[in-house]
Amino acid sequence: MTEPRYSIGIDLGTTHTVVSYVDLGESDRDEVARSDFGIEQLVSVGAVEARPVLPSFIYLPHPDELGSGDRGLPWGDEQGLVVGELARSLGAKTPIRLVSSAKSWLCHPGVDRRSPILPMDAPEEIERISPLLASTCYLKHVRDAWNHRLPDSPLDEQAVTLTVPASFDPAGRELTAEAAMAAGLSNLTLLEEPQAALYSWIEATGGQWRQQVRVGDVILVVDLGGGTTDLSLIAVTEQAGALELTRIAVGDHILLGGDNMDLALAHVVRSKLAAEGKQLDLWQLQGLTHGCRSAKETLLSDASVEAVPVVVPSRGARLIGGTLRTELTRDEVVRALIDGFFPIVEASAKPASRARGALTKLGLPYAQDAAVTRHLAGFLSRQVGATADLPGFELTVSSTGGSFLHPTAMLLNGGVFKAKTIAERTLQVLNGWLQDENAAPARILEGADLDLAVARGAAYYGYVRKGRGVRIRGGTAKAYYVGIESAMPAVPGMEPPIQIMCIAPFGMEEGTDAALPPQEVGLVVGETVRFRFFGSSVRREDEVGWSSEDWSPEEFEELEEIEAELPPEGRRPGEVVPVRLHAAVTEVGTLRLEAIPTDGAQAWNVEFDVRGEA
Amino acid sequence: MSEPKLSFFSRLLLAFVAFGRTLFNREFATGVKLLSAEAGADVEAPPAPASETDRPRLIEPDTASALQLLGLLQQEGRFVDFLQEDVSSYSDQDIGGAARVVHEGCRRTLREHLDVVPVRTEAEGSRLTLKEGFDAAEVRLIGNVVGKPPFTGTLVHRGWRVEEVHLPKLLEGHEVRVLAPAEVEL
Repeated sequence: MTEPRYSIGIDLGTTHTVVSYVDLGESDRDEVARSDFGIEQLVSVGAVEARPVLPSFIYLPHPDELGSGDRGLPWGDEQGLVVGELARSLGAKTPIRLVSSAKSWLCHPGVDRRSPILPMDAPEEIERISPLLASTCYLKHVRDAWNHRLPDSPLDEQAVTLTVPASFDPAGRELTAEAAMAAGLSNLTLLEEPQAALYSWIEATGGQWRQQVRVGDVILVVDLGGGTTDLSLIAVTEQAGALELTRIAVGDHILLGGDNMDLALAHVVRSKLAAEGKQLDLWQLQGLTHGCRSAKETLLSDASVEAVPVVVPSRGARLIGGTLRTELTRDEVVRALIDGFFPIVEASAKPASRARGALTKLGLPYAQDAAVTRHLAGFLSRQVGATADLPGFELTVSSTGGSFLHPTAMLLNGGVFKAKTIAERTLQVLNGWLQDENAAPARILEGADLDLAVARGAAYYGYVRKGRGVRIRGGTAKAYYVGIESAMPAVPGMEPPIQIMCIAPFGMEEGTDAALPPQEVGLVVGETVRFRFFGSSVRREDEVGWSSEDWSPEEFEELEEIEAELPPEGRRPGEVVPVRLHAAVTEVGTLRLEAIPTDGAQAWNVEFDVRGEA
Repeated sequence: MSEPKLSFFSRLLLAFVAFGRTLFNREFATGVKLLSAEAGADVEAPPAPASETDRPRLIEPDTASALQLLGLLQQEGRFVDFLQEDVSSYSDQDIGGAARVVHEGCRRTLREHLDVVPVRTEAEGSRLTLKEGFDAAEVRLIGNVVGKPPFTGTLVHRGWRVEEVHLPKLLEGHEVRVLAPAEVEL
């Protein structure tokens, strides 16, 4: 394969997909030739335009709905569905045919992500698509748009960096990589989104970042996207006199984002209109959500504005009589958003969570607690020991009596923070906690674009990987364990205890292998054997083979099961074969598990079960 | 002409074919008409005096992009709905509410697709001087228009100019005359 000319960053977001690229030949050290890639798409019926973002929506049109002059793309239209801006606007009027938030479904452990389930509320006759296929469609669209514009540098020959939430579990990463492969992106690397945001900040400083951070800094990245909140901690360390960056912790997967906030505001306005005796239908509510978004940005960025009118246009051609008019006041926005999503809480606060019982319906597992600040408090307290082993961080927070990890700088990312008041409140809450523990206030790192930083940072990362800039180290953000039922006599009314065994330590870098655990487990030939699978974001010391029966669910999060099936080649079905479980992190950045029989024959793949709970 | 000379019989045959196609094929007929006009210009027209070739020619405006822009203004800002409505029976408050929808949407459309900049950056009401050779398309002289440049006067309207137009490309066969499709909810 020829040496790639471009490094391309793709931010495959819950609500938006953004692409940026670096011309590798034209870049040198801190002089980076990076551009944003306008993605051609149908923007209305029959009209094609390149836009900086591709809304991550798919519309499955009825055969009679759109004529031949209404849809189609310069590179053809094989997919038979509409992707992007037009999909979003058609879907606003016909939601039963709209696929949205595919990314959140991709890491939803309750459903089979390879089976056609989207749109969830579609009637029988609509042919649904799988979350995996939806992600593939967005990437195929990006690929075709790229190849159409730059036919001499096809996308599959370029170095592509695709971003995933830092909190994605191994199965979510695996499926993202699978979608990329299906779209033909063979030269692929995955990158965590908060890291990408930090890379974008580094690039934007043009080499000046070294003057803006120092050894001992802990940077908190808060990435509030359309659908998810993603938290990461990155420490500044030193190696042979040069500054280094190490990602030391990532937060839980929190389905809470900017869209929830706009919807919350729309409901405030709706109940206000309802009090005046005006009822809104679904379509009008959607119009209202758009109106509220811009009203929010105006009110929260300009302190002199006290109220912004919000109008909901009528559906019919009669615009004047049928338009509903109301206004959104500063007070209402502050109450709904700032106090609702960013309340002032104690550093010891923990997000409220309901146990996910059998009553959980099929639907996205949205965060139970809408307070971003409580999620943040929970994350920092949990990671209080994250810097314990880092050189240069000997005086750690936990050893000096602090109750949570003290960040010294904060990088905010995501369109939500365009509202200045929200950014200020986030900093105010964090600095309040720091002040309570007599720590210096954190500063804000500025300069990265809130909407485009992730894609830009991803493109820059592809350049950095060529050895031409600082790289954030860190490896996997969790240690991984399998659960094995202990062999003990059955006791009525008591579940057999589960012993967990470490198979992949914390911080495995891309392209490395874990050691083989000394313990063996038995696989039955010809049968699918399933193991419970766990991850821990706080246990940094456990080595492969470490095992315990006495573990607390506080430290270990149960992930989806893993399963292995031994084909009966040369063996008798039913025979029990002792194997050892081996873990590796691929060059792409996914976790690969395999079972290696003790007698040394070939290894078998161990798969993540992404079919959901049966 | 570099084409070979045609024999009498081939010309006769061609005349018959051309007769039929001119009669029954509209496009062909249009071509023949153009051809004869061209030949006529070549052969018959005497060298025209300069004043006549400078006679202004009218160009048909491109209706497709006009309709496309109108469609965009309707789509984003309900522009056509607003203009088609009889506003006389409504109160100013009702009209104001609707005007916000129109203003916000049309403004967004305008900014997205056209780079509109003022022709003159001076504040309206200020005095300015136009040197000889000023662009008469950009600046219109009004009022007491006498004398010779440089002209000094008051800026009444700063003017607008479009620097760049970026309209979405249209798919072949797309019906631009439909500014907004009728919507039928099932």
